[in-house]
Amino acid sequence: MGNYDFAIGMGGAPGQGIESSGPLLLRICARRGIYAFTYSAYQSLIRGGHTFLTMRLSSEPVANHGDKIDLVIALNQDAMDKHLQNVVPGGAILYNSDNTKPEGDVPEGVQLCPLSFKELSNNSRNRIMLNTLLLGAALNMLGAGLEQLENILTIQFQRKGQEVVDENVGIARAGFDHAAEHFTPFPASLPMQDKPLAVTTGNDMMAMGGAAAGVKFYCAYPMSPSTGVLHWMATNARDLGIMVRQVEDEIGVANMAIGAAHGGARAMCATSGGGFALMTEAIGSAGMMEIPVVIINVQRGGPSTGLPTKTEQGDLWQLLGASQGDFPKIIVAPTSIIDGFTVIPELFNLVDKYQCPGMVLSDLTLSMGYTNFDPDHLKWDQEIDRGEIITEDNGSDENYQRFKITDSGISPRALPGTPGHVHVVATDDHDEDGVLISDEFTNPHKRRDIMEKRQRKMDGIMAELPAPTLTGSEDADITLIGWGSTDSLLDEAASLLRAEGYSTNHIHFRWLYPLDEEKVNAVLAKCKRGIIVEGNYTGQFARFLRGETGFNAEGHIRKYDGEPFMPHHIVDGAKEIEAGKTELYIPYQEIVV
Amino acid sequence: MANDGKPIKAAPTAKDFKGNIAPDWCPGCGDFGVLRALEMACAKTGREPHEFVTISGIGCSSNLPGFINTYGMHTLHGRSLAVATGMKLSNHEMKVIVTGGDGDGYGIGGNHFLHTVRRNIDLMYIVMNNQIYGLTIGQTSPTSRMGMKTKSTPFGSIEQPLNPLALAILSGATYVARGFSGDTKHLSELMYRAIEHNGFALVDVFSPCITFNKDNTFAFFKQRVNKLEEQGHDPTNMQAALEQAMIWGDEIPIGLFYEDTTRDALEDLEPVLQDGAIGRKTDLAVTKEQGESIVKRMM
Repeated sequence: MGNYDFAIGMGGAPGQGIESSGPLLLRICARRGIYAFTYSAYQSLIRGGHTFLTMRLSSEPVANHGDKIDLVIALNQDAMDKHLQNVVPGGAILYNSDNTKPEGDVPEGVQLCPLSFKELSNNSRNRIMLNTLLLGAALNMLGAGLEQLENILTIQFQRKGQEVVDENVGIARAGFDHAAEHFTPFPASLPMQDKPLAVTTGNDMMAMGGAAAGVKFYCAYPMSPSTGVLHWMATNARDLGIMVRQVEDEIGVANMAIGAAHGGARAMCATSGGGFALMTEAIGSAGMMEIPVVIINVQRGGPSTGLPTKTEQGDLWQLLGASQGDFPKIIVAPTSIIDGFTVIPELFNLVDKYQCPGMVLSDLTLSMGYTNFDPDHLKWDQEIDRGEIITEDNGSDENYQRFKITDSGISPRALPGTPGHVHVVATDDHDEDGVLISDEFTNPHKRRDIMEKRQRKMDGIMAELPAPTLTGSEDADITLIGWGSTDSLLDEAASLLRAEGYSTNHIHFRWLYPLDEEKVNAVLAKCKRGIIVEGNYTGQFARFLRGETGFNAEGHIRKYDGEPFMPHHIVDGAKEIEAGKTELYIPYQEIVV
Repeated sequence: MANDGKPIKAAPTAKDFKGNIAPDWCPGCGDFGVLRALEMACAKTGREPHEFVTISGIGCSSNLPGFINTYGMHTLHGRSLAVATGMKLSNHEMKVIVTGGDGDGYGIGGNHFLHTVRRNIDLMYIVMNNQIYGLTIGQTSPTSRMGMKTKSTPFGSIEQPLNPLALAILSGATYVARGFSGDTKHLSELMYRAIEHNGFALVDVFSPCITFNKDNTFAFFKQRVNKLEEQGHDPTNMQAALEQAMIWGDEIPIGLFYEDTTRDALEDLEPVLQDGAIGRKTDLAVTKEQGESIVKRMM
């Protein structure tokens, strides 16, 4: 048997239970050792509207939602109307025949699977159980047993009493049995693999990465799609000794995190583009006061309030340009949900060492996507390096200078409260002693010295950051170039292109700023036909890369419709660009909610 | 002379809190009296300079951390309270003093003011209220009186000033006082009590701007200020405190308006802080057991 690769789409109105039955199915798969990645296309409504959850299940690790839908679970007529045409030949659609029916042409080779909720639930008024009925039927068609679902339902409803457990397990079984009798199962069965997996989201992973990095202060203002980080932190705060605060606005968030960081805690906060805009002045102040702090920006569609529930890679220039003036800073974009965990401790060690702000550029697809993964990959014993800090009186008579001019630009940082090291940090520019140099003591030479001292830290940072990764053969004809969350997508697209005979490789950027021109150009030099793939209108990364390295791509694939790329979007685009039909390809989004 | 916070053998005096840098305020500025009162108040607590952190925003009065011998942060305009909250929660063993002006605290920082007050975090907030923007050379402020002529209101302000004391009392402050920089002894006592108060303490100070405010001068206040302590005012009575806060005219009350010692400070309610300052922790890693418990919940 080859790799198992199967995608289920669950469509319905928010409030119909997709939010819970999606993760439920993932948990069943996790217990069977099945990997998964999900993407939820949803709207900014608590009730009403339409949600479509794509769950790609695989026997191998998977980090994008793929190209196809094999099975649609339609919870209402809307879902039927919108998604019947998305089902591939050999696929099926499950629906409640009481109020939903296919209209228009049924695609060839698609099995219609109607169930009557009324009949199978004995006319239950508990409509939310429609989920469970259809899930039971789906499990049968997938060739899986009911055991895991029964276990999970039992645990979930235990505290509501045996009657509720029986009702839920009963409806799942009714669906399962009905499917056994009436529907044709899929040829490949949901495998049972040895190693049980865990279920997580990108936001949870970044929060866990923070915990592993030793974050002891986290604050935020709720903003989609970043709020999951706050929820994880709040839930685990007491167990892990993390101070978690919800603050009045994002200006307060960034400043509070900076205050906490100055006090000695590893401090982190997360927001989305609009909130990040409010934080920018504070980020510059962290640069000026040389305070290490980590800010996560989970991108959603912009500009302005934009698309609160849709994805984009449109905030790169906002981060690059955040705050006035020049100051050392680091920007990194995690390349997968799992990478969200490792990127945070790595960034903290850098910002502690170089005493500057660090920014994480995630996006909705990565942050709100669910994945099933092997929990052994979580390394809790991350290296924690606080850099040069002073916490005790060292007995020296030497006058302590907080911003002492050094070759590396790094000045040992005494934490407030330490005897013998009293000093002031200021957002006004200052001399080595912290004395302001812009007002009474205006001194261009001191200003130049301290500016150069701060900026020297960039040399150290640049030397530490690795070059972008190259996957595939060095001398390929086509090079897909991307950044952040699209890593697995581009790997998959490259391998699909290779399967069609196109020699293709993939260069991916994780560390975005500062870019070392030499290191980056060494990798880019091998490109024959570079195609930059990014989720925004203006080619923000392409312009940035050109500015930093002089690299000009041959083609561009961009998407800004709110929905994430699918692998075939890249394949189609690369082929058109390769054929010289266009330099800029904007894929058409087939699945619409 | 300053000693950079090296441990002091004898009990600290106001002199120990004197900074290395001489203030660059206009000669005769009200802020000199505030600085002197603060040095005295800090000394009276018996704590050493390194046990304090003075945090400010931007403005003439926000330059104060540069002139006092304590740890200091001179932060962005209007953001001192947010930074100070983070600082206090990171190292709650330190005494946190926030200084600034009326524009910084009640204008651009107004949102942080309201929310810091309601959180009742243990810090002292000194607002050097001169009813004018001084550093930007004379524009109207949130506490400028109606009709006041400034560079931005040449025909007289048509906006009502806000009432910081009433606002603080109603927002849940547990220590609300007003002093006058022309009476440093009285002011210093208000500050001392504010530092020792466990919770958010506002000390609003009439600190005249002798350069740009020709209305609210030293003479103006000298004629009008009236100490609450001499009038039998009961600071535990919120209603009475509000009534006093509303008085503005020939007599203007100063002193301790309101104090509530029954409420817990934010830090006392947070179990995470009970075993020491989070900013001073060195054992930061997630333990194996904690990690296992987190993983278990994901399976």
